[in-house]
Parts: sequence; C-alpha cells; structure tokens
Amino acid sequence: MAILCDKNTKLLIQGMGKMGTFHAGLSRAYGTQVVGGIHPGKGGTVMDGIPVFNTVREAVAATGANASVIFVPPPGAADAILEAAENGLDLAVCITEGIPVIDMARAKAALRGSQTRLLGPNCPGVVTPGQCRIGIMPAQITRPGPVGVVSRSGTLTYEAVDQLSRLGIGQSTCVGIGGDPVIGTNFIDALRLFQNDPETKAVVMIGEIGGSAEEEAAEFVKAHMTKPVAAFIAGQNAPAGKRMGHAGAIIAGGKGKASDKIAALKANGVAVSPSPATIGETLAKHAAGVLGE
Amino acid sequence: MNVHEYQAKALFREFGVAVPNGQLATTPEEAERAAKALGSPVVVVKAQVHAGGRGKAGGVKLAKSPAEAKQAASQILGMTLHTPQTPPEGKLVRKVYVEAGSNIVKEYYLAVLFDRASEKFALVASTEGGMEIELVAERSPDKILTTQVDPNVGLREYQARDLGFRLGLDGEQIKKFVPFVMALYALYQEKDCSQVEINPLVLTAEGDFYALDGKLNFDDNALYRHPEIAELRDPDEEDARERAAKEIDLAYVGLDGNIGCMVNGAGLAMATLDMIHFCGGKPANFLDAGGGADKQKVKEAFKLILRDENVKAILVNIFGGIVRCDLIAEGVVAAADELGVKVPLVVRLQGTMAKEGREILARSNLNITPAETLKEAGELAVASVKGAA
Repeated sequence: MAILCDKNTKLLIQGMGKMGTFHAGLSRAYGTQVVGGIHPGKGGTVMDGIPVFNTVREAVAATGANASVIFVPPPGAADAILEAAENGLDLAVCITEGIPVIDMARAKAALRGSQTRLLGPNCPGVVTPGQCRIGIMPAQITRPGPVGVVSRSGTLTYEAVDQLSRLGIGQSTCVGIGGDPVIGTNFIDALRLFQNDPETKAVVMIGEIGGSAEEEAAEFVKAHMTKPVAAFIAGQNAPAGKRMGHAGAIIAGGKGKASDKIAALKANGVAVSPSPATIGETLAKHAAGVLGE
Repeated sequence: MNVHEYQAKALFREFGVAVPNGQLATTPEEAERAAKALGSPVVVVKAQVHAGGRGKAGGVKLAKSPAEAKQAASQILGMTLHTPQTPPEGKLVRKVYVEAGSNIVKEYYLAVLFDRASEKFALVASTEGGMEIELVAERSPDKILTTQVDPNVGLREYQARDLGFRLGLDGEQIKKFVPFVMALYALYQEKDCSQVEINPLVLTAEGDFYALDGKLNFDDNALYRHPEIAELRDPDEEDARERAAKEIDLAYVGLDGNIGCMVNGAGLAMATLDMIHFCGGKPANFLDAGGGADKQKVKEAFKLILRDENVKAILVNIFGGIVRCDLIAEGVVAAADELGVKVPLVVRLQGTMAKEGREILARSNLNITPAETLKEAGELAVASVKGAA
C-alpha cells in the first residue's frame, strides 16, 4: 500500500532543465514510471529517453499520467502547480525553492476543492522504498518496512531514515512536506494518510522552529491516531528573529519556538527525541510493541 | 528584507497612505534646513536604524525650532543606539529623519501580515497604539482586532469599514480610515511585503489619519520582480558576514559560540547546532551550504567561518543526497590546505559517495578527524574545543 505513490504511479516532470532531467533519470533508474516531461515549445521531442510535451494537458492525454514533479524556477512554479491541478493529476510534488509567499497563498487558495494533492513546495519529495521515487531524495538509504517518515526538512529526513535503516527498521513511505510558510500537504494530512495505511505501523515526524504546524499535529495525534509517533524538533538553539535557511523556519514575536512544540508533542503522547542522533532509537523504543522483534 | 522608516514612508506616500511631511538629513546643518523647510512649529528628529524601541533609547527628539533640530541631530547622529531590537554592540546612527509634528488626539495600531495558520492575509488593529503590540496581546488579547483577507478576493471595503467601527471610529472618521487601509493593503500586495506595521497610527485634531511610524518588511523570494525595492537595501544595517554569505548564495547566521559549522540543508544545519549544544558545546554559526555545494563553495564557506575570530574548531556535517561527498572532501582538503586552517577539523560524511570522500580526507595528511555518526561528530567537535582551551 504505502502512501502518495507506489509502483503504479505514472510520473510527469514539469521543468525539464538540468535538475529536472537529472532527477528524472535517477527516479527512472529506481524503477519509477517516468512517462513524460513538460517543456513548452519542445513537444514531440525526446530528452534522455523521456518523451516531451508542450503542456500537461497533452501529456496526460498521451500517457495517462497521474502525478507530476515540479522543477520549474520560482517565477513560474505556482503556475506549474495550477496547471497540474487543472489537469486532474492526483499528486503534484513541487521541489522549487524560493516561490514568493503571495504566489503560493493564491495558488493554495485556488486549489481548495481540487482533487490534486500538493506536496511542497521547497520539499525533497517522496519515496516509497522499492517502488517509487519522486523528487530529489537519495533513495538508496531507504529500505521497505513499517515506519512512515514525515518531515519539514530534506537532509534531516535522510539522517532520520538512515538511523532507522541502520537499526534494521524499514520505511513504508518517506515524505518531505517542505520548509516554506505555505505548503500543500501538512503534517496532519500526512499523519492521517499513515494512520489509514495498513502497512504503516508507526510514524516518525521531524519538525522545526516556526509556525504552529507541529502543535496542531500533536493534537491530531492524540485525537485521531492509534499508531505510535516519535518526533524530533530542529532548531532548539536557534536565535529569535533569524530566518534559519528555510523561509518558514523563524521564531517571530515569541512564536514558533522549539520548546513549545516539544511540550505540545509530549503532552499529546508523542515520544520526542532529545538529540538529533537518537531519532531512530526513540522510535524503536516507543513503537517496540507494534514493530516486534 | 527591511528598510528604513524614511524609505517606508516614501512608499506609503506613493500608494496614498498618509504620512506627515518629512526630510532625510545626514548632518546637523541638513537637519536645520529640513526643519526650516517643513515650517512646522514642532518637528521630530528620528534616528534611522533598522530597529524598534528608538524613542526610549534616546534616538527620537522633539525640536521647537530649526536651531533645536540642529542640536538634536548633532546628538543623535553618530550615536550608538542600544534598544531591545539591536545586536549587543548596538547600531551606529548615520541618518536622521526630520518630520513635521502632529496634533495627536488618539493613537492606534495597524498592521498587514500573512497569517500562516489560516494561510490568509490579515489586518491587525488595536486602540492601544504606541505600545508594544506583543505586550497588548499578552495582557489584553480582546484589544487585538483581526480581519482575515482571502488571497484571491483581496481586501473589500466592507472589511475595512467593519474594522474601523470595531475600533470605535465614528462615521466621519470611517470616511478617512477606509481609503487609508485600502491603500496600505494595496502596497502590501503590489510590493510583495511580508509585514507592514504602523505603530502608532494617529488621529489628529484636524480629523486626519497619519502613519507616524512605519515598518516595512519584504519577501526576499519576491525581490527579483521588484528591483526598485532591492535597491533600498542598506548594507550598513546588515551583519557583514551574513551579507558576504548572501553574495555567494549560502545561508549563514552568526552565533556566539566557538565551533564553526558547515552543513548541507537547513534542517540538518539546525540539528547540528542542537547536537553541539547537547554535547555541551556552543556553535559559532548556522551555515547551510545548500544542494549545489561543490569545491569552490566549500572553500568560500570556510573563509566565511574563519572570519569569526571566536572559532576554535570546525565541524563539517554533510549528508549527501544530491551533494556528492567526494566533491565536498576535495573542497575541505583544498580549503584547509590553501587557507592554512589551524583549528581542529571534524568531518562527517554520509550518503552519496561517502566512502570515496572519507578516503580523500585520509590520504590528505591534514589533521582532520573523521566522524561516522552525528553523535560522534558532535562529541569530537566539542572535545576538540575543550582540548584547545
């Protein structure tokens, strides 16, 4: 089962630039069905073995694609998301970093009621180990198994996945939701999908400073989840008022502090790893009952 | 990106958000001339730095004549201002804004911002103007009024009217308040602001609303389509190292510890700071080398880290996804060699081409301590600083 993507996913690449083409190749090598790329004006050609289309409309009609990954540069990225949605794709994963907030706020509002699930922007994508890779994650560190991973960060996700894999604990799906202030799929959406996925037995959630998504997720865990959840919050020692790399990672007006998020998670039954080095161990201990030996 | 009050007010004027008349001055003589030109019985001389709380710190003075304005400017220009919002070393005042005084009847608070929880824009207003809004929110949350604005519908006049009546304004005042608020929202949207704050917004004896202070922040991601805003950047107001980092496309934040950090990815970079603290040490900086980190970038990052004289050790923590660890290792070796790095160097490489990267480090004959896990990296870095002390 897994969530968001599997071996049946048919993927389009929106933005066949250097990065899009490179990662399309890696995804295909991993076994993902990459059925087409979008490059306005180059429809009908083939790039690196991938058929190219002018528009998402043409590509969907020709290939039956149901998902896309967006590498379009910031000025056109919000447009690319809306194009994916208008053509009824199930999933649009936006990797692009640096989209203006106003553009994303408008695009997100326009997506309301759409059947398309947006992941990102400014996210590393999603991997269902052994089945499908969408985005830029190093899929080789993942292994199939029962733990869902959801994270606001890229490389810290790899760290958590690596810790799990080294303990012999595989993953159902690894999801990066992105570090921007406005994102499509949030923690609660991902947690709900994992709760409803029979193959997922436990979840690791990696949050960071800024906003209140972790606090809201904590309440969701208590109210709606029967599966054990372990967490880590990055930025426990970040200074206030400074943007820590991610546009969304900032403590503003005393809000968005790591300590508040950790307290909320603990109060709602989530096991929180005190150090970034013990995320895997914390999950293993907290979920021992459902993971077995 | 932040701008000065005088720059914010110029933009206010352009969009029809009413502000008192004012002029910029960089010398006491200019301030005197400005006061004369304004022709107001009272002027206010205000320090132009990127920080709030200027009044209490002595950066804002009233003057009842051009001669007094000159004197006030001579006191403020060149002073180092210390407010709760300035860095520990304070901020040097290089410019003052001389502004006509207003007959204030009442002070309000008004802001436009993006509300992350609802993913809508929001107007925030209060009758408790002139005070720190965080304090008002804490002590009397009922005095904070908000109006949410749908991003695709935009602010409607009825919303501005409704907000005005909730603030207790009368019919005549509403006629002036509504266009003021509409203009402010238009500025926010058209210039891709991330926050517009007016504190205080004043009602004068003549029945007009004026922005007496103005704070404008812009969305860095949207500056590409507003070159006229990007030009307002004042390099004197930015941390020199953070500015240098921006120029080479690295995310850097200076901290007060002694372990320099170079990491790929913002989340892992934050977690590396947490790891150092967890092991009992203190990081000197946050540095995200990004997804495109290569040999040249590693060298530039090292230069940046070593500009901080407090740095007694460097921790490199790379989890290669797109980034190749062998290229990072070559960069580390080249940087350590060419820059003559004297401080202990702890390097942890994981992920793509990590084995090759570690071999490059081992072959280099440089004094580099390899680490396998995040925990080991943190412990070794902290121990190396303790050994050096």
